[in-house]
Amino acid sequence: MSEEKPKLINEEGLRVDGRRPDELRPLRMEVGVLKNADGSALVAFGNTKVIAAVYGPREIHPRHLTLPDRAIIRCRYHMAPFSTSDRKSPAPSRREIELSKVVREALEATIFTELYPRTTIDVFIEVLQADGGTRTAGLTAAALAVADAGIPMRDLVAAVAVGKVDGVLVLDINEIEDEYGEADMPVAMMPSLDKVVLLQLNGVLTPEEFKEAFKLAKKGIMEIYKMQKEALFRKYRILPQA
Amino acid sequence: MSLTPTQLPIIPRLKRETILSLARNGTRIDGRKLEDYRPIQVQLNPVNKAEGSALVKLGDTMVLTGIKIEVGEPYRDRPNEGVLQVHAEFVPLASPSFEPGPPDENAIEVARVIDRSLREPKAVKLDELVIIPGKKVWVVFNDIYLLDHDGNVIDAGMLASMLALNMAKLPKIVSIQDDNVVIDKTVKEKPLPLSLNVVTVTIGKIGGYFIVDPNLEEEVILDAKITIAIDSKGRIVGMQKTGFEGFRTNELDYIIDLALKKARELHEFLEKVLKNPEEFSKPIA
Repeated sequence: MSEEKPKLINEEGLRVDGRRPDELRPLRMEVGVLKNADGSALVAFGNTKVIAAVYGPREIHPRHLTLPDRAIIRCRYHMAPFSTSDRKSPAPSRREIELSKVVREALEATIFTELYPRTTIDVFIEVLQADGGTRTAGLTAAALAVADAGIPMRDLVAAVAVGKVDGVLVLDINEIEDEYGEADMPVAMMPSLDKVVLLQLNGVLTPEEFKEAFKLAKKGIMEIYKMQKEALFRKYRILPQA
Repeated sequence: MSLTPTQLPIIPRLKRETILSLARNGTRIDGRKLEDYRPIQVQLNPVNKAEGSALVKLGDTMVLTGIKIEVGEPYRDRPNEGVLQVHAEFVPLASPSFEPGPPDENAIEVARVIDRSLREPKAVKLDELVIIPGKKVWVVFNDIYLLDHDGNVIDAGMLASMLALNMAKLPKIVSIQDDNVVIDKTVKEKPLPLSLNVVTVTIGKIGGYFIVDPNLEEEVILDAKITIAIDSKGRIVGMQKTGFEGFRTNELDYIIDLALKKARELHEFLEKVLKNPEEFSKPIA
């Protein structure tokens, strides 16, 4: 990583990868990409690529980890050693431990865990390639995987990170913008229910900037939500009888 | 891997109805109003071996933060900055539900939120902590020790950290030969350079109500919780939502305004303490 901060917004107001401030990276979503998992999804935001798998509801040992009135959720957010420029040690870092927790809590809000007492629903997120916004891509994929597993949900969860770079609020920040920008704010929502299930801020914003940044995140989330539904339709649409 | 907690205290879950009906009348189980902090007690520098320390009691939650400062190497990608590390330990003497062992996800989360909230607004002037550029810098360890757990560890931990950092002094440099830096820890020289103070305000949601500074009984039955870090310039410098439920978009506006108001009170409290350090150096526990 060089010490010089690159210019993040050019004279025309465009970003390092040519996007407008309120533009998402090209999105790719595919549901049911793994044979063994009960549900799975692959999601790419530009160069950020993650895969999520759901196993369960299933039995759990030791039994004392279960709850008598609902399922527990076990969640692991993990980065592949080759997903970053410098090899990432496969042992869980403090960052990964924290992100596993906030991603799990975002999913707790949407899954009807009360339907499956004394079981576990396991959610595994593997970051295959990291270029910023990996937790939000991971959560977007995890929600699709839960839906693909046929587990009843209150809503999908769609997520995106908003940043502030060179003083400009931008949607869906990439790694360079995260590294050299002034703020990184990951947001996840259950869009139809208008509920914010994940919200973090890494950086400095005035209260007014926060409100603007949140509006921008919501705009991105609505676009991502639409694509999630399309991805599910692509797999589950019943074809008309010939 | 992160698991849904299964060892939560049972009694507070039964108390949910009581807590909710009290909230409807604008009050809480310990008699506070919804927007009140518990009483805050402070003792500066209770641990003299540390380069700076502070003990904070927020109601019955007791947190001790110690700052240790040593000479070390800078991070490779930040050769001209000192190093700040924040750690939190939830030691087993603080609660019947804590076990010995490495920090769990809750302790790691508290440490990381406080770390980010100090780092992002550059509260500690890391660029002034360079001894030999690219080779030797001051390494500041901010260790948060939870001694008694009655909820809202993060706000108490942030207050204790901020006070301890303000108390911290750099050891004396005796000699620098080639790349060898010799220090004398018994002589505390200059204060650790800080640019501003940061506080966190934690707000819980239960039913449709918002409560500031939840205690443990309230904490375990909350629908959701949000911590907002605010610096002495009134900027938002960190945020972390936790808990099983979500916040509605319009609720966030209310929460931010409430947090800004409470942060002003906490900043005034910090200033009062830091202006009268002797008065706040008497033992509280």
